[in-house]
Amino acid sequence: MSKSSVAKRVPVSFTVNGKSHSLEAPAMARLLDVIREDIQLTGTKEGCGEGECGACSVILNGELVNSCLVPVIQAQGAKITTIEGVAQGDVLHPVQKAFLECGGAQCGICTPGMVLASLSLLEKNPNPTRDEIREGLAGNLCRCTGYMKIFDSVARACGSQQ
Amino acid sequence: MRAYLPDYEMITAPSLQGALEVLARGEFRPFAGGTDLMVLFEAGKLSHHKWLSIWGLDELRGIRVEAAHIAMGALTTYSQIQRDATVQAEFPLLIEAARLTGAIAIQNRGTLGGNIVNASPAADSPPALLVYEAELELVSCVGGKIVSRWVSYRDFHTGYKSTLLKKGELLRTIRLPRTLGAEKGWVQHYRKVGTRKAQAISKICIAAAARVEGAKITDARIALGSVAPVPMRCLKTEAYLRGKDLGLAASWMGEARAVIASEISPIDDIRSNADYRRGVTQNLLEEFVKKLSSGSTR
Ligand SMILES: Cc1cc2nc3c(=O)[nH]c(=O)nc-3n(C[C@H](O)[C@H](O)[C@H](O)COP(=O)(O)OP(=O)(O)OC[C@H]3O[C@@H](n4cnc5c(N)ncnc54)[C@H](O)[C@@H]3O)c2cc1C
Ligand code: FES
Ligand code: FES
Repeated sequence: MSKSSVAKRVPVSFTVNGKSHSLEAPAMARLLDVIREDIQLTGTKEGCGEGECGACSVILNGELVNSCLVPVIQAQGAKITTIEGVAQGDVLHPVQKAFLECGGAQCGICTPGMVLASLSLLEKNPNPTRDEIREGLAGNLCRCTGYMKIFDSVARACGSQQ
Repeated sequence: MRAYLPDYEMITAPSLQGALEVLARGEFRPFAGGTDLMVLFEAGKLSHHKWLSIWGLDELRGIRVEAAHIAMGALTTYSQIQRDATVQAEFPLLIEAARLTGAIAIQNRGTLGGNIVNASPAADSPPALLVYEAELELVSCVGGKIVSRWVSYRDFHTGYKSTLLKKGELLRTIRLPRTLGAEKGWVQHYRKVGTRKAQAISKICIAAAARVEGAKITDARIALGSVAPVPMRCLKTEAYLRGKDLGLAASWMGEARAVIASEISPIDDIRSNADYRRGVTQNLLEEFVKKLSSGSTR
């Protein structure tokens, strides 16, 4: 294979947090890199780059995905929510507030993914049990909190007393 | 090392016909949810460079319920499988496999077709598909026309990572006969053994079903992952179990364990070793038989 130094770019458009974007990117560029580098929203993190850790989670057409595993061309026409789209201006989402109150965020690397995974869980299941919270967040790794404070945060956000 | 992006190309096609025409020319290979392929790409191990995304082909997506079968499009994701009422009611082994595959974000993107064609002996849905005697529809484009052929899933894996799928072919449909109803006395059982509940590739997994009349096993189907170069049906063990009296299980269990150990060929690898896999396979069989004896149906 001859090495070309410049990747061929194709046009892609999608909306991120309600704002439309049209740009050119290599078709197989990771959605993660396009969000961070082209759109310059760096709240979405890279941990493992192989689908294991959930740091790169975004919501794509209503579903939680690992943006490190999505070639950007597959996001053509999509509606994407990143962590930057969760708060309303300065007003935090109840899930974000609960993470602050319960110590669900420490270094913060896993937090954007944890919050999006929590939102996605609560949207499908507004009153999850402790086990359902664990299952909903099982694809998100955290090296700091030991998870309990994260589970507490989600429970607090849905008003549960557990 | 990460892949060198400029070496790679990805295109889309507007329709199944269009996709098959591209694939027939031989340069491009299909790319579905990418949960296997992107991992290779990231690791710099994706040796093929030209990919056709089939993710947008809605005609390959969704579950159709027919009188004798359910037919699932190859792009049906694990999340869609888990939401389907008929699959929930009649194909609990597939529901369990889907629920235990990766975690939510993987289940939202990973497809049943991708799991089958990726052909890992450690994949979690193949044992369920073997028990249900799945049939696969493979399609290609010949002379401008879509040509389809059906193969039995049991024959699909021809060796380690090799399958009946020919170059230029796509897997279109996975069809499951609606035959193992609880009302006919079938009891179904699935168990995945891995290092943790989520995200872990199996060390071993079992899908099994048996028909119990009175205290007698009148029919049995057992399939295993990660104990041979391909996902396998344990035909000898099934034959051994047929006609056995559950009331006397203590007297024949040792022999049943020996039979299943004789028909698998587990290896040592990064996830486990052959001895452990052999021992656990025997325990899994015993656990299944105990469930049959207990009279529980799920
Ligand atoms: C973190 C993580 C956890 C995982 N956990 C599990 C697990 O627990 N159990 C498990 O079994 N797997 C697991 N996987 C593997 C993977 O998610 C599954 O195998 C998934 O079903 C692959 O589907 P896909 O659509 O993403 O395939 P892709 O990556 O798009 O493709 C896989 C292969 O199938 C071919 N292909 C796809 N669709 C078709 C088609 N319709 N016709 C012809 N060829 C086709 C492609 O050419 C490629 O060779 C995991 C992966 C990750 C990243
Ligand atoms: S960076 Fe995508 S899952 Fe870890
Ligand atoms: S807060 Fe540090 S990784 Fe979770």
